[in-house]
Formats: sequence, structure tokens, C-alpha cells
Amino acid sequence: MEQVLQNLLHNDILTYVIMAVVPLLWILPYALFAVWLERKVSAHMQDRLGPMRTGGWHGWAQTLADILKLIQKEDIVPSAADKKLHFVAPYLVFIGSYAAFAAIPFSSAYIGSNINIGLFYVIAVSSLVVVGLLMAGWASNNKWSLFGAVRSAAQIVSYEIPTALALLAVVMVAGTLNLQTINQAQTGWFWNWYLFQKFPFIFIAFIIYFVSSLAETNRTPFDIPEAESELVAGYHTEYSGMKFAMFFLAEYANMFAVSAIGSTLFLGGWNSPFGDFLSGPFWGVFWFLSKGMFFVFVQMWLRWTLPRLRVDQLMYVSWKVLTPWAFACILGVGFWLML
Amino acid sequence: MFETDIPKFKTSTGRSLRNEEMIINMGPQHPSTHGVLRLELVVDGEIVIEVIPHIGYLHRCFEKHCEAMTNYQQVIPYCDRMDYVAAMNMEYSYVLGVERLLGIQVPERVEHIRVIMLELQRIASHLIALGTYGLDVGAFTPFLFMFRDRERILDLFETTCGARLLYNYIWVGGVSHDLPPGFIDKAKAFCKYFRPKIKEYNDLLSFNDIFIKRTANVGVLPADVAIAYGSSGPMLRGSGVNWDLRRDDPYSIYNRFQWEVEVGKGEMGTVGDCWDRYMVRMREMEQSANIIEQALEQMPEGDVQAAVPKRIRPNTGDLYVRTESARGEIGFYIVSDGSASPYRVKARSPSFVNLSVLPEICRGAMIADVVAIAGSTDIVLGEVDR
Amino acid sequence: MTPQQISEKLKAQFSDRIREVKTEGVPDPSVKVAPEAIGEIAKFLRDDADLRFDYLMCLSGVDLGKNLLGVVYNLSSMTHRHKITVKVEVPVENPVMPSVSSVWPTANWHEREAFDLFGIRFTGHPDLRRILLPDDWDGHPLRKDYKVPEFYRGMKVPY
Repeated sequence: MEQVLQNLLHNDILTYVIMAVVPLLWILPYALFAVWLERKVSAHMQDRLGPMRTGGWHGWAQTLADILKLIQKEDIVPSAADKKLHFVAPYLVFIGSYAAFAAIPFSSAYIGSNINIGLFYVIAVSSLVVVGLLMAGWASNNKWSLFGAVRSAAQIVSYEIPTALALLAVVMVAGTLNLQTINQAQTGWFWNWYLFQKFPFIFIAFIIYFVSSLAETNRTPFDIPEAESELVAGYHTEYSGMKFAMFFLAEYANMFAVSAIGSTLFLGGWNSPFGDFLSGPFWGVFWFLSKGMFFVFVQMWLRWTLPRLRVDQLMYVSWKVLTPWAFACILGVGFWLML
Repeated sequence: MFETDIPKFKTSTGRSLRNEEMIINMGPQHPSTHGVLRLELVVDGEIVIEVIPHIGYLHRCFEKHCEAMTNYQQVIPYCDRMDYVAAMNMEYSYVLGVERLLGIQVPERVEHIRVIMLELQRIASHLIALGTYGLDVGAFTPFLFMFRDRERILDLFETTCGARLLYNYIWVGGVSHDLPPGFIDKAKAFCKYFRPKIKEYNDLLSFNDIFIKRTANVGVLPADVAIAYGSSGPMLRGSGVNWDLRRDDPYSIYNRFQWEVEVGKGEMGTVGDCWDRYMVRMREMEQSANIIEQALEQMPEGDVQAAVPKRIRPNTGDLYVRTESARGEIGFYIVSDGSASPYRVKARSPSFVNLSVLPEICRGAMIADVVAIAGSTDIVLGEVDR
Repeated sequence: MTPQQISEKLKAQFSDRIREVKTEGVPDPSVKVAPEAIGEIAKFLRDDADLRFDYLMCLSGVDLGKNLLGVVYNLSSMTHRHKITVKVEVPVENPVMPSVSSVWPTANWHEREAFDLFGIRFTGHPDLRRILLPDDWDGHPLRKDYKVPEFYRGMKVPY
């Protein structure tokens, strides 16, 4: 796609700006849709209906209405809050998730930035979210927000480790950190996907990755930082209006980002599961987005089914359960590759 | 549970570092304190060193109002509003006290109707208690399932007396309205519908690993502490004490029915932890369904207003009456001076007494546990503050 | 044990501190005792093997008129399944009496409530302060001669 744009525009800067904006063109409508989807999924699981009226058919315009409302809201900043940090925090959280999209291939024709250390970059830059959360909690000048922020920082940093280790198992099989190459290596029918290679080690690694990604995105059962029933709303208690909307946007973007990484590395990314049938640059986008959306749906499903873990239990799961198992997977894959 | 001694770090020159505790306020506005309750927590990081409950935000001067009433019957709507979640139980306790002071005996039909209403109310109240408890630990869905089933009970109440939450139904000497036609069939259908739902709740929440991790071995209330602090109801039975006022200090016609008293056995952790209290409530709902079905079978005919006295003027004297409500022992200490209006009515509410145990059992827990423990106490601030 | 036997036992132990016994013709049999003795009597009631009143059901304050305030203890025994009511009277000019919160911890909050609404002071109580009303409220509302104040912190009270 980069070539096409270059030939069309003969302008470097314009090309790269357009390349950078393309994920945004997906994230914004996706976030609108995902909020509505979450409300509908939760409603049907809870034996009720959810939004039904706004816009007619099953309330599809509900999120639009919410955005319009949030734009008009007064932006309240607590008087004793640190104003600069309070302002920057939501944007930083969003930037952390958005920057990860730069190295994720949406199809064989589009990848924001085809760097050789793609995976490494993605994991590193999504940690920027922690900085934003800590800023939000501190700048709100509210003990409960501070609790939420500190817990969140501890949680995300601890769960980076099983995530990275699980992904390392796949990297060992693939031999490269370049996400586009990893995708191209999984072409063919679905048994070529890394999920089914070196069975069962990569499978276990996938489960570890999925559970840790729930913690990365602060979703139940790991949603202690925004535990509604304990901390009112955790680190975003004191936010209103567009900044609050920004936090939400960031959360959904993050959900999709981790789902996208998971589907890229384990489930073949933009590859069709049926080999050559239904494949191509545009079909690639379709497969990639559907796999990502499927995992987003599973994340929502888990949120409304499970209770939440207490902070020390959360830490226990990360350090004493997931990390050793991730090491075991790496050892297993390593031995397999050597033999 | 956790170390409450704060380790004192010292530098090599002997200077000790200050490790300060933080005072943090939970409430009065908080999603998990079940009403306007302020819990002052002294915490060291995540560990709670002390909990100081502050109540009185919902004090509506029930006892002073009773003295200003011109009539014993006028107190009944006020009783509703104290424990608004289990209003029938509250009304019944007061009415029983007045009936004992007057020495009147109600007809059989009234007894049966009252038992059915009390047990239906017990189920409805436990559904709220368990649903909101799931919400406290993060499980959103059981809350909605339980409210869906509670709607059926409220429909039954609405067809009988017109109100869903605050009934003014149980009157001195009888009840305000007889059962409407079709009530018995609807109530039987409800009991049949409800039993499989309890299995559904158990599958979804009670035996869920994460839920057990959050509630087992948390907030253990030893039996002797429970008795010393005057706990009652599921708080007490969850600690393994086999005590139920319907059987041990009998009133009404409970002795005619076959039912079991559910006691906590420490299946998932220690006896007297939050899981035990939760499970006692869950199992009590099934027992209440048993009682309702038996009462519906044995319902005699009669006039429900036959024993309602024209004028309520008890002799001078005082009386303490207690019954088993969904939350525990509701007691009314009624002093009569021979006139038509009460001289002194003291409401001994179970939540008031159960809440006083909270500082004892929260020591050394984490903040998330305080939420779980306060939820398992099942308090309604209306009756704590009266 | 019947209320008669319970009152006999109490009379045997604390003969001069028992003021009145009413076991016949009343809905709730009761024993009225001297206020100063309530601490020891409470311990005796809880610890004696035949009485074993381990459960304090309710502790209420009462304004008895004639310049007297009363406290009523409704006790029950879970081991022996019997009940008794103990009553105490104190003058309204000096309503002081020992606390029983060390015997039955239930009494802790109940005594705070009696203090809050009646003004009865319990000596030996670990934390005697108002419980239902705001800490800086004036007066004790449940007394019969209580007048509602006009203003509280600048807000009109009966509105």
C-alpha cells in the first residue's frame, strides 16, 4: 500500500500521514460499535435487552448519542488536582494503545511500519499505558484514584512478563520478530497456524497470552484498577466529558490491539483459514478484523461471567502460575526445536 | 490473616523510617456499602488495621414518631420503612408484640397467609442480599438473574395488597386484604419455577473458583464472638451455631411444617467465613420454598379480619417480642401505659447488632475484603439507623 | 428455669440490691435492680452455670416520667432457653450507671444509643459518643420533655 500511495502522490510526508491515519479509521468506528456490542452482549447474557430505541433497530445509534452527550459535558477538574497531568493523562493512555497499531499488519498489503523488531516494539510501546494511568490516578488528588492507579501499574507491569514469555515461545518457532513475516509463514489452511504447531506448547502459550492480555487491558477478572464496587471508578473517577470518553476509547482500542496481536501470532493474522480460498489483500483485512473481533467478544463474555480477583490473588496468578508455565512452554518449544 | 505489625526499617545510622498509615473513607456515598454507611478505614497499604463504622445518616426518628402516633396501628407503615427490603418481617414482629400485649389470637387462615408472606419476603430479601453480594465481588450477571426472579415475588405481593416494596399489609389481629383469587396457584407455580434457579445460581456463582477465592477464609466470625456480640440470623448460623427463632423461640405455626435450619459447615474454608454466610442464605431460600408449599397445601378458609380489634388499648405493661427476619432477630420492646398510643417502642434491628461485629472481623483484611465482609453482613441502613 | 427460680437465685446472691420482682400477671417477667450493682449482676447472670445468660437481646432506654430514666436489659440464654428482663432506674439529674459492655459486647452500641437519645452515661464504656445523631447535636431527643431546637448549625430544624 505504501508503494501505491507513493506512486499516486509523489509526496513522502503525505504518504506516511495517510498510512498512519488508516488504523484510526478502523479504531474510531470500531470503538463506537464495540461499546454498543458490549451493552448488547451484556444485556442478552443478563436476560434483558439493552439499548433498543436510539436510532431504531436495536438502538444502534446509542454510542453516537453518548458521544454527542459527552462532547457537550462540562469538563470538571478538581481544584486541588495537578492540572497539566490531569490534562495529559487520557491522551497518553490512548497514545500507548494507538502506537501499537503501527507495527500490526492489517493485511498482506498494509502494515503501518514494516520494522524487523515489530513484536518487540509493540510490546514495549503498549507499556506507555501504565504511565498514563499513574498520571491519571495521581493527578486526580483523590485517595481512591491513587489506589486504582497504583494497583493498575502493579498489575500491568507484572502481567507483561507472562505475555512476553508466551510470545517468545512463538518467536522461537517463527525465528523472527517481524510481524509481517510471521503472518506470511502461516499461509495455507488453518493447521498451518502457529496455534497448532509444536502441540501442546504453543497452545498453552496462547492460553497464557490470552489470560495475561485480559490483565493488560484491565478487564474482569482483572479489573481491580477500575473495580466499580470498591473504588467507585478507580483511576478515572474524577474525569468527565471528553477526557472520560478518551479513556474509554483507549480501553477499547487496547482490547482490539491485544486481540490483534494474539490473532496475528497464533491464529494466522490476515490469512484465510481455508488456504487459497477467500484470500487476497482485501480478504486479508476481513479475516484479520474478524479474528480480532472474535477475541474482543470473548473478552466481553468473560467480563460478564466471572467475579473479580483480589489484588494479591491477581499477583499470585501472574508470578506463581502464569510465569512458571510460560517458562515451561519455552523450554518445551526449545527442546522440540533442538530435536 | 496478614501481618498487622508494620515493619520498622532502620538505616545503618540508626534512624528509623516513618511508615505511615493512611486514613481512608469508604462512604457515605459508595457503591458497596449498601446504603449510607461511612466506614473509616485505617490502612497500611492494602491491609486494614482498623475499621470504624459511622452510622446515623439515615436516622428518621422512628422511635420518637411512635410516641406521637394516636394509634398502635399507625406505627405499621413506619415499620415497613425501617427494613425496606424485608418489610413484611418487620411489620410482623411489631404486630406480634401488640397482639401478645392485647392477648388476642388470630384465625388460622391469617396465620397461614402470614407465614406465606413472611417466607416469600425472606426469599426476596435473600435474592437482593446475594445479588448485591455478587456485584460487590465483581460478578455482574447473577445480580440481574436474581432481580428477575424477585420480580415474580413482587408481582405476587402486588396482586395481594397493591404494593411492591412497602406493604402495610400485616395488621394487628389480621391482614389488610385477603388473598386474591388465583394467588395459591401462582404461588405454587413460583415455587416450582424457583427451585431450578437456585441450582443455576450455584453453578454460576457459588461454586465458581474465583468467588470461592474471594470469600472463603475471609471475615471469619467465631461462634463465641458471634454470640457475645449478639449476632443473629445467617451471620450466626454461618458461624456454625444452630439457632433459629422460628424453631427455638417459636411463634406462629412454624412448628407444623417440615423444614431444616441451615448451618454453616466450613465446606470451602473456615466455619464462619463469608462463603458460609452466603451459602446459608442460598440454602435458606430453598427451605422457605418448602415452607410456602406446605402452607399453601394446608390453607384453611376463614375471615381474615375477624380478630381485628376495634380499639387497641393494651393494659399497662411492657413486652419484648422477637422474630426471625431475613437478616436475623428483629425485636420490639413495647411499653404501654394503658392509652391508645404507644409509650415507648424500641426497635432492635438485626443489622444494627450485626454491624457492630464488623470492627472485630475486619482486622488484618485487605480493602477488597472489607467490601466482601460488609456485603456478607447483609445490612440495610434503614433498620440500622431507624 | 422459670422466672420465679431465676429471681430467687438473684435474690439469694444480691439480696439488698434487688428492688422489685414482677413475675406474675405481666407479659414479661422482670427484676428491678439497683443501678450501681448492674455490673456485678450482669457478670453473675452470664457466668453462673444454671443461669448462663449469654445473649443480650436488647438494651433500651426508657423515660419513665417522674424524673426517672430507666434502662431495660432483655436477656436470653441460648444454652438453657430461658429469658429474663432486668430493669434499672436512675434519676434524670444524674443518670450515671456502670456499663455492661465488658460482659456482653452487644451492649457497646446499644449503650451508645441510650446515651445519644436519653443522655444516660455509662461508666466504663470504651467509646461513649453519639451514634445516630450528629456529634454536635444538643439535647437528648427521646426524653419526654425534649424540645426540638430551632436551628442546627444555621439551618432551620422544623421546616
